[in-house]
This record gives sequence, C-alpha cells and structure tokens, in this order.
Amino acid sequence: MTTDELKNLKSQITVDARGTSCPGPILAAKKSIGEIKSGEIMEVLSSDEGTKNDIPKWCQKMDFEYLGCVDEDGIYRLFIKK
Amino acid sequence: MSLELEQQVKELESRINKLSNRQAKDQLSMVVFSGDMDKILAAMIIATGATAMDTKVKLFFTFWAISALRDPAKNVKEKNFISKMFGMMLPKGRNKLKLSNMNMAGMGPAMIKSIMKKNKVASLDDLFKIAAEQGVEINICEMSMNLMGFKKEEMIDYPGLNVCGVATFLADAEESKVQLFI
Repeated sequence: MTTDELKNLKSQITVDARGTSCPGPILAAKKSIGEIKSGEIMEVLSSDEGTKNDIPKWCQKMDFEYLGCVDEDGIYRLFIKK
Repeated sequence: MSLELEQQVKELESRINKLSNRQAKDQLSMVVFSGDMDKILAAMIIATGATAMDTKVKLFFTFWAISALRDPAKNVKEKNFISKMFGMMLPKGRNKLKLSNMNMAGMGPAMIKSIMKKNKVASLDDLFKIAAEQGVEINICEMSMNLMGFKKEEMIDYPGLNVCGVATFLADAEESKVQLFI
C-alpha cells in the first residue's frame, strides 16, 4: 500500500506504544488485537525504529496481514489487518 | 471388517498419536544459567517477546540464575553454615544482580538502570510482572537450589513456580521448536 493509501485507512483501534522499547510495542499489539474482529484494522504507534521490522514478523507469525508503515518524524504508524 | 484389520487400524492410530505428540510445539524452552543482570534481562525480554507472538515459554532457572528469583523480603532460618555463606555472598534478588561487563563495583548496574529508565526499557521488575501475566512458566533446578542451600520458601511469589529436575527441562525442550541457553 502507498503512504497516501495508508494515511487514508480507517483503523478500528489505535495502540499507542510510543515511548516503550522492545518488546513493548509487540506486547501492546498482542494485548489489543483481541479487541478487533477479523478483517478489521489496527494501527500501532511506536517511537522505536526496530518496531518497523518487528511488526511485519509478528504479523507473519500471528497470521495477520501487515499493510505497511508511515514514518512521521520518528513516530512510526504501522497498520495491521486482522 | 475382519478382526485382524480392526487390530491393525487400532495399532496405526496409536502410532500416529504417538508421532503427533512428539512433534515440536510452538514453544520456547530456555535454560537460564547466568546470574548476571544483563543476561537475565535478555532472557526475560526474549521470554516476554515470545509470549507476544503466542509462543508458550518455559524457563529453567539453574545455578547462578536462581539468585534472580530470591525474594529479598523472605528469610529462612535453620540453614547450615555453608548455606548461610552462599546466601550472604550471592545477590539477594533480581535488583541486586551484577553486570557481566562493566560492573565497576556496583556503579555499572546503577548506570544501566538509569539509562534503561531514560530509554523506557522495561525493568526486571516490569518484565517479571509481564511474564507472570502472560503465563511464562518458571521452573527451578532443585539440584542447584540444594547445592547453594536455597529453599523454595525464600523464592519470589510467582504463579506456578515449580521446583524440578533435568528431566522436566529435557522433556520441555524436546517438545519445543526453540531452545536457548543463557
């Protein structure tokens, strides 16, 4: 997905993991993914650059679809489709 | 169906069951051997990270790592001289552990802790709490506990904390996809 497409996505839930370090963002993602239904979208906010690599791997393992990441001044917005 | 055929089917069924039971599970088994603060930190980050990926985690604490499970508020009386010595010389709990490098007579751990706070890295206290919430299993090696004169009564309150032997670790490791030694 392109950056513009990602920015226009409506996510059902936003998880704010800014300010946490590894493994904070994936723990936060795990905690919240249960709150949405299959096919819905979750957005994870992280200030930890490693999350950009970790969330795609996490999605692969958990069998979710990783849609992409938008980098906004060191804050990463990662989109996941359950 | 003839009786013979039925017998064969039953046999095959039990064989398949045995085979599928032996297949590696989505599980991580870790020997936590080192009692260094940095290594315990690494072990706990990997363990809690694995739970975020829906992997079952089983930790086997042995030798020096057992110090990390000591509860500073708990004391056990009636220990023999050597046990008392061990108890005095080894760190009493996860917040008294040393660094494997740059310990600098205790300055290192204090420095690391302040940098960790600044970088919002979870502390060992946080990580043990998360591990308990996420159902990370902790087993303590009975042999090393006896060797160092530790008793289960002086260990931290942790859900399902278990004292066991090497067979438990091996059985867990055998059914795990990932095994680590830290």
